[in-house]
Amino acid sequence: MRELFASLTDGDGALPAGAALSGAFVTDEPHTRLGAMRRGAKGVIVGIAARPGRAHVIDAHELERRLLEMGFVEGAHVEILHEGPIGRDPIAVKLDDTRIALRRDDANAIIIAAGKGAQAE
Amino acid sequence: MSEAVHHDPLIALVGNPNSGKTALFNALTGARQKVANYPGVTVEKKIGHVMTPAGRRAAVVDLPGTYSLRARSPDEEVTRDFVLGRLAGEAPPDVIVCVADATNLRLMLRLLLELKQVGRPVVLALNMYDIAQRQGIRIDIEGMSRELGIPIVTTVAVRKRGLAEVLGEVDRLVGAEAADVKWREPSAEEIRAAHRDAVRIHKLYVKPPLRPDTWTGRLDAALLHPVGGTLILLVILFLMFQAVFSWATPAMDLIGAGFTWTGNLLMQVMPPGLLRSFLVDGLISGVGSVVVFLPQILTLFFFIILLEDLGYMARAAFLMDKMMGAAGLHGRAFIPLLSSFACAIPGIMAARVIDNRRDRFATILAAPLTTCSARIPVYTLIISAFIPNREVWGFANLQGLVMFGLYATGILGALTVATVIRRIFWRGASEPFLIELPAYKVPDPKNILRGLVQRGEIFLRRAGTIILSMMILVWFLSSFPAAPAAAAGPAINYSLAGILGHAIAPVLAPIGFSWQMTLALIPGLAAREVAVGVLGTVYAISDAGHGATLASTLAGHWSLASALSFLAWYIFAPQCASTLGVVKRETNSWKWPAIMFCYMITLAYIASFATYHIAAALGAG
Repeated sequence: MRELFASLTDGDGALPAGAALSGAFVTDEPHTRLGAMRRGAKGVIVGIAARPGRAHVIDAHELERRLLEMGFVEGAHVEILHEGPIGRDPIAVKLDDTRIALRRDDANAIIIAAGKGAQAE
Repeated sequence: MSEAVHHDPLIALVGNPNSGKTALFNALTGARQKVANYPGVTVEKKIGHVMTPAGRRAAVVDLPGTYSLRARSPDEEVTRDFVLGRLAGEAPPDVIVCVADATNLRLMLRLLLELKQVGRPVVLALNMYDIAQRQGIRIDIEGMSRELGIPIVTTVAVRKRGLAEVLGEVDRLVGAEAADVKWREPSAEEIRAAHRDAVRIHKLYVKPPLRPDTWTGRLDAALLHPVGGTLILLVILFLMFQAVFSWATPAMDLIGAGFTWTGNLLMQVMPPGLLRSFLVDGLISGVGSVVVFLPQILTLFFFIILLEDLGYMARAAFLMDKMMGAAGLHGRAFIPLLSSFACAIPGIMAARVIDNRRDRFATILAAPLTTCSARIPVYTLIISAFIPNREVWGFANLQGLVMFGLYATGILGALTVATVIRRIFWRGASEPFLIELPAYKVPDPKNILRGLVQRGEIFLRRAGTIILSMMILVWFLSSFPAAPAAAAGPAINYSLAGILGHAIAPVLAPIGFSWQMTLALIPGLAAREVAVGVLGTVYAISDAGHGATLASTLAGHWSLASALSFLAWYIFAPQCASTLGVVKRETNSWKWPAIMFCYMITLAYIASFATYHIAAALGAG
């Protein structure tokens, strides 16, 4: 599944609507990446798809584990609370009942089903 | 190990950052605590003692905060190895007390599931329980305790509530059968599974708050506002520097007057001679001119501890992350760099929160350029001697403004050095910025006070040992050999110090340094602030200028260009052997302190050279 996400998230911007994702948290809502969301946007995490490369030394697998440990887990609700003063980066995210700050580049590893439908429990 | 525990039981406090772990540690151990280092590593070890209800004397260790046992930094490695009983020279804990913020349990429950695999008895302390109650969070403690299979107690560390209950559970668990260690590093799928389990337990036994904390959200709306929040951060930083100058002054005047009075008293009651010279010129004038800066150091630490306890530090890191990132640093580097304003040594040690080696080393190399409090005595002295004390633009003080400029230059220097390191020598490779923004808390005055006392003690111990021995050495260098009977000029010219100062002086003459200034730099290597004491000693001895303040003495001896050059030198120069020592320890190699020394002294020479010649050209020579 990770490979599938990786292939879906190679480009920038939102994923195609109704992208074929398997798993418990798939909805009909369009999928996007947390790093592409603006202040006030809400959604539910449907997958973690850390991509190798980019600016990191830690590998994609390590980034995935760190995100999981901070609570970025499939099914968790997110809302963008704040954007950093320069380039709207980093972002402060309400993640269930915690607030986590992270950079958009890392947030791009988190796949979100955005919109109203995703709000339903 | 079913046999009774014969040694003092060892309690390990483990928890997420911001769980109130240290507050609980302070509440349990009170003043019976000390700060040391774990052998071989530089992670701070906080250990204290406590009496349990059953009359056992137990040792309590406050371990670094973590989200998982999968260590990602040296601090977290200590936590992991300590609870697993793998840390060299440390006994495994008899009981693990897992400290949780009762208002924020979800992440902690996953950590708790990991801790249970360690095989040692665990107690869960639901700390800040009063806040949870106020918010109307209902926790089925009995049910959760049954589900987790561990005892749960509620605590309010800052009110000292629930301490006996925690220790009562410790009494019950000491000597319990230790199971095998089942813990191993979890895979991503195992973390997911554990998290699902934690969420399930959380849903079952914790009902969401009836009156959620809305203050944090409301404060963040202002404090994390892209424009407003940044302005507030700048105002806070500006206020810090102004406070260091104006609030501390009355206390400093009082301490200064006290030392002068003592010196004068000794001058009157003692016959002239070597002993009087030693006491007045070596001991009192040396230590006095260092201790006098204690109020400023405490003022600065007051702000740092206050902002930390308030929960603001993480916000500052959030606001500064992009700027830090532009310099190739991690947002977390802001905290070590900010701590370096007090002292580069804790700052460099705080760089351990940065997981990535290169990010960490870049931060360490840049840290000594931020203006540490040991520079304040030097800056204050030179500023008060050469910069007029008057208002500019109707609100700012010119002396404060120059100080602000020195700080700004230090910050810019640090960021530039970091940029050069991360963009030229070590390109790419940055660490994810991933931090929790804790709920704002009203700081506990006792905790701030304890922190201030600890910092004050550390400073005074330095003043009392390194600095005092340096001062006595300097007095010796300045007094021996005595000048010949028919000598012309001050006696210090004939002393060892004079010979040494004169020997190095030609090298530093192009940057406008006199031999007295050069002399002050040598013992100033022990600690930056020693330079002030040395100048005091050198001028007190050479001119017998008691009564006149050191500042006015300097104003009479130095040109403005030399004074500015001296300030520029102190922004960049590696004038602190302790910093180099701690870098050696933190990087475990002499290579890094050597690199640091070379780059800093090069920058210092260039900066002073430029400052001196520009100032002289403008007529300040």
